[in-house]
Amino acid sequence: MKALVCVKRVIDYNVRIRVKSDKSGVEKDNVKMSMNPFDEIAVEEAVRLKEKGILNEIVVLSIGKESSQETIRTGLAMGGDRGILVKSPDEDIDPLNIGKIIKNVCDKEKPDLIILGKQAIDDDCNQTGQILATLLKYPQATFASKVEKNSDNTLNVTREVDGGLETIKVKIPCVVTTDLRLNEPRYASLPNIMKAKQKKIDILDINELSLDLKKRVEILEVNDPPERKPGIVVPDINSLVDKLKNEAKIL
Amino acid sequence: MKTLVIVEHNNDSVKQTTYSTVTAASKISEEVYALILGYNLSAAVDELKKCNHLKKIFSVDKEDFSKPIAENFCDEIIKFLKDKDFTHVFTPSSTFGKNLSPKIATELDVQQVSDIINIIDGDTFERPIYAGNAIAKVKSNDSIKVITVRSTCFEPCKLDSSVEIENVSSELAKNELVNFVDYDESKSDRPELTSAKIIISGGRGLQNGENFKLLEGIADKLGAAMGASRAAVDAGFVPNDWQVGQTGKIVAPDLYIAVGISGAIQHIAGIKDSKFIVCINKDEEAPIFKFSDFGLVADLFEALPVLEKKLQ
Repeated sequence: MKALVCVKRVIDYNVRIRVKSDKSGVEKDNVKMSMNPFDEIAVEEAVRLKEKGILNEIVVLSIGKESSQETIRTGLAMGGDRGILVKSPDEDIDPLNIGKIIKNVCDKEKPDLIILGKQAIDDDCNQTGQILATLLKYPQATFASKVEKNSDNTLNVTREVDGGLETIKVKIPCVVTTDLRLNEPRYASLPNIMKAKQKKIDILDINELSLDLKKRVEILEVNDPPERKPGIVVPDINSLVDKLKNEAKIL
Repeated sequence: MKTLVIVEHNNDSVKQTTYSTVTAASKISEEVYALILGYNLSAAVDELKKCNHLKKIFSVDKEDFSKPIAENFCDEIIKFLKDKDFTHVFTPSSTFGKNLSPKIATELDVQQVSDIINIIDGDTFERPIYAGNAIAKVKSNDSIKVITVRSTCFEPCKLDSSVEIENVSSELAKNELVNFVDYDESKSDRPELTSAKIIISGGRGLQNGENFKLLEGIADKLGAAMGASRAAVDAGFVPNDWQVGQTGKIVAPDLYIAVGISGAIQHIAGIKDSKFIVCINKDEEAPIFKFSDFGLVADLFEALPVLEKKLQ
């Protein structure tokens, strides 16, 4: 079986987000970038499935500027076999269009499993896996916390849903999106990082895919969230409980 | 403008998220309709028909819809929308809606707007990005707007109406590529993190998993959900699904109590929409104090038993 893992380069989750003064977006210059944490979980799951002998090839795909190659390399250092970069000068692409680009790659690569994070921590859309499954007419298993292969060419996927865990059985080929509990991604070892430099990354130009990628949702402006009013330090538990009762009127 | 709300329910009762979504839809226009798909729906429909703002409820009652399998729901919704003139389709931004709504948008070849927190007009919405560290104002140019609604940002609608119900029959075949296996409901007597009114969370300051018991008594008295910081989860004190923060659960309770949590960016991002934030931490320099309405500088091992007693 072959897996396509989709990874996005995003601002590292430890970086404090700064909104640009012209409200056009957030500051990305000289900011540490990393693989979207949910996508890292997707890479890890694919590598584990390969270690179990369920997968025999892992292709790592990213869409973005040249620099997204670094993110692909991270995936290759974790255990991916080869990479594909769909190069796009504009990185602000609607998820629907991202879905169409990935579908285009799937039409050529024909993966049995497409696995990706449930959402990217930059735009927080939580859509790409669902869009892709719909375009490909494959079943989807979103928010996965457990993935098990059955003997009849199906996967049992346990999903983190509000209020509990749901298990569904999906026929392969399918799309799986990963949630936090699925696994804990490994750190790539230095030898594996070195080896990843030799692995192949094919580069496709977004303009050569002949897709209509017109933007549907425009960002008019980006603002700071409303600030919280400054709080106070209370001297003891009594006054804390008193504040909660009388000022917050909660207890 | 005319809006269809996709109802979230568990066949027996309607989820609160639906009522908030109806309120959000009513801000676009007075033309709000609801579509409920499920099985043995009479109890849920009885509840739903009390919903204010609704012009009519369309109900599809069929065994195939006993579980919310997105593929089956999506096919039916697309068929339903075909000869209608809805301009907006609203679904709660719960795991139910997040799973389903992008499929509806894709079938309609439109770009969904996720997790809106404010409605400017029929095309323009505000939504959080970077886990709420920035707010984007976005405009949809699509002919049908497919939207998911963050329910904590809209009050639930009033329930004193009696709405007309139209039963819709369904002939669509079930999707054979996906089957429901099992649902394991969280056994905790405590509320869910994402819908709790009060949350008490512990951080690395708790020192080990055993010490989370100190929070339990307080959580019991307050009817609170229990959470944890990423540091506490990474240290193995508590399970992953307790994690509150940018890469865990994003919460917005009336009261959030952070105990022994320093207030890393990624934690703050997940709690900043809480109405009141309280922190207990012995390090007065901890960043969490800057985000708290009420902070107490104290050793949590001394403070927590006193707090529990005070709540008697």
